[in-house]
Amino acid sequence: MPNPLETLAPNRSPRPATGQSQLVELFAPARDGSALGFALAGLPKRAPILWVQDRMSGLEMGRPSGLALARFGADPAQVILAAARDAKEVLWTMEEGLRCTALGAVLGEVWGTPRALDFTATKRLALRAEAQGIRTVLIRFGATPDLSAARQRWHIASAPAAAHPHDPRAPGAPRWRAEMFRARDGKPGTWMAAYDAQTHHLDLSAASGDPALAAAPLRRAGAGGT
Amino acid sequence: MNQAAAALGLDRGARVTDMRALVPDLRVEAAEEEADAKDLAALARWARRWCPWTVVDGVDGLLLDTTGSDHLWGGEAEMLAGMRTAFADLGLTARIAAAPTVGAAWALARHGTEPVTICAEGAVPPTLAPLPVAALRLGGDTVTLLTRLGLKTVGALADLPRDALIRRFRQANAPENNPVLRLDQATGRAGEPLDPGAHAPPLRALRRMVEPICEVESVSYVLDDLAHELCAGMEARFLGARRLVLTGYRADGGTSSVEVGMSRASRDPAHLTRLFRDRLERLEAGYGFDILTLEAPKSEELGAVQRHLTGAEEDAIGLAELVDRLAAKLGPGGVRRPAPQGSHIPERADALVSPEAPQAGVRVPPTAALPRPLRLLARPEAARALYTVPDGPPVQFVWRRQTHRVTRSEGPERIAPEWWREASTVRLRDYFRIEDSEGRRYWIFREGLPEDGRGGPPRWFVHGIDG
Repeated sequence: MPNPLETLAPNRSPRPATGQSQLVELFAPARDGSALGFALAGLPKRAPILWVQDRMSGLEMGRPSGLALARFGADPAQVILAAARDAKEVLWTMEEGLRCTALGAVLGEVWGTPRALDFTATKRLALRAEAQGIRTVLIRFGATPDLSAARQRWHIASAPAAAHPHDPRAPGAPRWRAEMFRARDGKPGTWMAAYDAQTHHLDLSAASGDPALAAAPLRRAGAGGT
Repeated sequence: MNQAAAALGLDRGARVTDMRALVPDLRVEAAEEEADAKDLAALARWARRWCPWTVVDGVDGLLLDTTGSDHLWGGEAEMLAGMRTAFADLGLTARIAAAPTVGAAWALARHGTEPVTICAEGAVPPTLAPLPVAALRLGGDTVTLLTRLGLKTVGALADLPRDALIRRFRQANAPENNPVLRLDQATGRAGEPLDPGAHAPPLRALRRMVEPICEVESVSYVLDDLAHELCAGMEARFLGARRLVLTGYRADGGTSSVEVGMSRASRDPAHLTRLFRDRLERLEAGYGFDILTLEAPKSEELGAVQRHLTGAEEDAIGLAELVDRLAAKLGPGGVRRPAPQGSHIPERADALVSPEAPQAGVRVPPTAALPRPLRLLARPEAARALYTVPDGPPVQFVWRRQTHRVTRSEGPERIAPEWWREASTVRLRDYFRIEDSEGRRYWIFREGLPEDGRGGPPRWFVHGIDG
């Protein structure tokens, strides 16, 4: 459904749908936890989540913390964490998870660019995710974008946080620089993303090259959560 | 209590000091009731040499249902004499009585005059008549009451009008408080079958091979058969398996087994065989298996399951099944869920537990003002930091050989060590939420204060990566 408000974004890139049940691939630099916040913000609120990490992601990036998940609208009691050894097992686990209709989302984290994660593997995941109607997110840490069948592919990086409401020296609500560089249905573009915890909504507004504008309060790009 | 003790005038339930007064050189030993009960149970099993049904009776007796087995031993008298000899060979003095009812045998064994008594059919009332009322397996209070009423023997009790006795004891629900019921049981008016307390047959399916098999494919075919048989058996008893063991008995005499666990009781053959799929290679077949058994050592009640209305096999699986499959593939520690614990130390408060663990009703301590980071490192990683001495926020830190310049920070949030479970040398932690020049957010802490007497200068650690 076309969103009448999406033209608000100054660079006129249509706001991509971030809540659909399809395979989304997020590329994040190492040592940067931003992709996780971005991914959680796009998931259904309090949905049962299957979360699988390969060994390197667990070692390098740590494991998700149950106490913080609630900040991004997830229910820690509904989260299943699986520790896989390598990318092959991550893919297997995600595929098994996609057979379980009780799940609201499947999240996989893979470190680097393993051989097991090729076009065929992503195609299988993408088809299964669409057939089952489960949102599937593949987070790739420190990877180079290779061939993939993901319906949306993003580069996510941290951006300076919004101003803290009470303390000017403290970081406030997190913000991310989100660049969609490939989309099956939609026009690539770059946005500044923020999460609104009250409404569980991922705000996307156009990125600005001007740091003064970037620091200004974000404008809401869309009211609906298509 | 043995005869020697009785001859000296010792009494059951008496105080040690009183008995010392009676017998000055008395040797006192603590009773080992559990060990006694275990031995008695073993003795009950041993006594199955005479008859198939044997039960432990109280703390000092065995009940044997010898109906139909006495002729195998040459009649009742021969059998009882044989029993006495067998017990004597074990070093035990047994008082034995055979009677048509449990009550009568109990009374005669404990209160009869002879060590071996046989009470014929129909001779119960006259045989029991001279015995004290305690012989009716009555509780101490009831015995006292009856004795006070002047009813000292079973015969005196039996002579009373039955209606009056029933009216007097109509409130007594427990059998040991109800003389009428006990009298009826002793005379055979009320039935009292023995319950040998046999265990339910184990949940097990077994296949014998014509030829020893060793290929994984053959084993998986047999496993499929076994699973169907086992599941049918469980369905009949409304059970579901929580753990399954597949054991192969090798042709050379050894065994090899693999085990899978389920997070929820299940008796779906397809699901159970799938759990074994990646584990069959671990069976060491050697020269091949003669016999394969599938056993469910742990099972739970599981009601009848509603099939899909159309009878179609659904591809979708439930959450519990998913957890089982993942655990079977990734190993027992591979699947966990976050469970907040009652602790202030972040890594302890934010524990991961097995999905089978019950939802703990732990009261989580009120969280501090500072939010927790989205990702927690496996263990805090040391960093070198430039900070405002003595306890200010960091200005710059080097972590994993890369320098981060801190632009904004929030803190400190001081977390003191949990003195009730840690050594006294553990230092406090001051946590900061910081953002570096590239906008990356971390959760770092300084361990200790300068000159807190718990080690050298404070050290810095990165503990979490925030989204």
